[in-house]
Amino acid sequence: MIYINSKLCKGCDICIITCPKDVFEKSKEKNSKDVYLPFPKNEEKCNVCGLCELSCPDQAIAVDKKED
Amino acid sequence: MSEEYFLLGNEACAKGAIYAGCRFFAGYPITPSTEIAEALARELPKVDGAFVQMEDEIASAGALVGASWSGAKSMTATSGPGISLMQENIGYAFITETPIVIINVQRGSPSTGQPTMSSQSDMMQVRWGSHGDYEPIALAPSSVQEFFDFTIEAFNLAEKYRCPVFVMSDEAVGHMREKMSIPNDINVQTRQMPEESPEDYLPFKAPENGTPKMPAFGDGYNVAITGLTHDEKGYPDTNNPKTHSQLVKRLCDKILKNREDIVSFKEEDCDDADLIVITYGSPYRSAKTAVNQAREEGLKVGSLKINTPWPFPDEELEKIAKQADDLLVLEQNLGQMVHEVERVAKSDANVHLFGKIGGELHKPDEILTKIKEIKGV
Amino acid sequence: MVEEKQSPFLKYLREDRLPHIFCPGCGNGMVMNAFFKALEGTDIDFDNIAMVSGIGCSSRIPGYVKCDSLHTTHGRALPFATGLKVGNPDLDVIVFTGDGDGASIGGNHLIHAARRNINLTVICVNNNIYGMTGGQISPTSPKGSYATTAPYGSKDVPFNLSELVVAAGASYVARWTSTNPLQLVNSIKKGLNTNGFAFIEVVTQCPTYYGRKNKMKTATSMFEYLKENSINKRKADKMTPEEIEDKIIIGEFINRQEPEFTDNVQKLDEETSKKPYKKRTAYEEL
Repeated sequence: MIYINSKLCKGCDICIITCPKDVFEKSKEKNSKDVYLPFPKNEEKCNVCGLCELSCPDQAIAVDKKED
Repeated sequence: MSEEYFLLGNEACAKGAIYAGCRFFAGYPITPSTEIAEALARELPKVDGAFVQMEDEIASAGALVGASWSGAKSMTATSGPGISLMQENIGYAFITETPIVIINVQRGSPSTGQPTMSSQSDMMQVRWGSHGDYEPIALAPSSVQEFFDFTIEAFNLAEKYRCPVFVMSDEAVGHMREKMSIPNDINVQTRQMPEESPEDYLPFKAPENGTPKMPAFGDGYNVAITGLTHDEKGYPDTNNPKTHSQLVKRLCDKILKNREDIVSFKEEDCDDADLIVITYGSPYRSAKTAVNQAREEGLKVGSLKINTPWPFPDEELEKIAKQADDLLVLEQNLGQMVHEVERVAKSDANVHLFGKIGGELHKPDEILTKIKEIKGV
Repeated sequence: MVEEKQSPFLKYLREDRLPHIFCPGCGNGMVMNAFFKALEGTDIDFDNIAMVSGIGCSSRIPGYVKCDSLHTTHGRALPFATGLKVGNPDLDVIVFTGDGDGASIGGNHLIHAARRNINLTVICVNNNIYGMTGGQISPTSPKGSYATTAPYGSKDVPFNLSELVVAAGASYVARWTSTNPLQLVNSIKKGLNTNGFAFIEVVTQCPTYYGRKNKMKTATSMFEYLKENSINKRKADKMTPEEIEDKIIIGEFINRQEPEFTDNVQKLDEETSKKPYKKRTAYEEL
């Protein structure tokens, strides 16, 4: 599961271009903070590499890790 | 029985620092203060301390603040040009309430000036040299013994009031050799840990007119220290006029409202004096001789030696201004502390300045001539 | 999409100060994450770290972290960090600086700290611009780039910070960009584990100033620029100066073991007083 924290996200799109599996897409509508949030449209393609979580400048993404 | 030594002023200062608990020195060589650095380079390793020659004075002042937050009493020694360089970091120490001691062995100024000659050029520089409103503490020793004593006092005041404290020596005192003794009971103020737990502790919340207690880095308090205007947690709060004015006023008040505890002076023969000679630092030595000579000639002259030029002893000056008709200020500059004397005493007494620059000390007969001139005898 | 789980890096931050002031897409945020991830990969206790910074956008990082921090004066983080580390050599001291803070006003302190090989981990966030003050040119800005104080394009040759710090005497030096987060994590880890001066330069995007002045208004376009213009050192070492002109050379520049400054202080104390350096003496009756 991928969690986006809408209180912290500033809509920079880095997660969208960092993801090697094209999981994310930009929302068509702004939220109440005037931000176009990313959302994991293709979550099933996520291979839990964690790059989005690591690259998010606002600590707004959390990714459930694979079970060991 | 107390130990006695025959020492260079600068060496006495270094000795005082060790007695005061100083265990970190960061500095840059500059005449006429270098002997202090050299003495501490030898002595600090012997007492498990650290000596670092930094790349410049700016770095030295920064290192002092860092070391202070590591839990060490820290000190540097410099002269006028070095103080000029350190001003920004001195201001930082004021707003972050970091105890540091700065020894200034003053020399001929401005600029490179006279590296090996005495002066009292930096009195206003230490008062106003950094940007902003702040209240420094400065002590001015007149002898080798006082250079030892006042250095210890500087550390104590720095710990008590959590601010930079200056010891305003001059080349004359720094480079003279005299007998001094180490008292049997030296009062040394140790730093106090906060009483509250880390969860409850607010690093910049102080008791009324008091100073917050200071933890060291690594003690679990997670203090965020910044030179930006900050709230009681230490968090930047720069756009808030109230936060800024409360903070800066508190930092000034903690010194001004505790003047009585900090201010020190020596009055001699002032009770019936109609002319009082006011000095601080090395001019006192000649002034004392001149005042004695004047008394022998029947003139009612007294001496006020100011040990703490900053904060200025307003109350004392108000009192003697009402007692005497004339106040004669002796300084090794073209008039710096005299403006403070004028500020306080002008309406009650005539304020005269005998400023002498070039490095030669005021001679007793020169002072006596001045005294007689003022008195019209 | 459920808003329940938090980023694993939030636990290290002062949540009462979030969201932080960094612009959307600023490189600082990822550098923070990389630092925390790197720290987790070492044996260092988070409670033992102290951070020191100067003035600039990246210098604001420590204020957001739940640790002891010193946000100092412009360019002077390294002397403050030196005093702190010498005063308590047991602390793990990390310095955050930038291209202006670390290489312009702070240049002298940088070379001396590297020369001393004092055990500090310095993370230099190099965005090739002075962001905090509104976008002025920096000593690392590429030749020909634009800024508010270089409206006709910079004519100066920029500093090669990593090479400079190697020459000055550092033990570990590496350079990465925002587009190499995993390598960055690894280098920060190595830096933290180095007993000596470790300097990790991260070339990052400042979309707000550098980007807008240089026709890359978004973080994503700057990302592309960084990716396209980075060459690994191993490859670059075999190329001609013309081929690597204006390129960002990434990789490890040095990794060596040399005597460390605070170890020398300890040794000297032991030799003279037969006892080691004593910390926190301000609190003791001596």
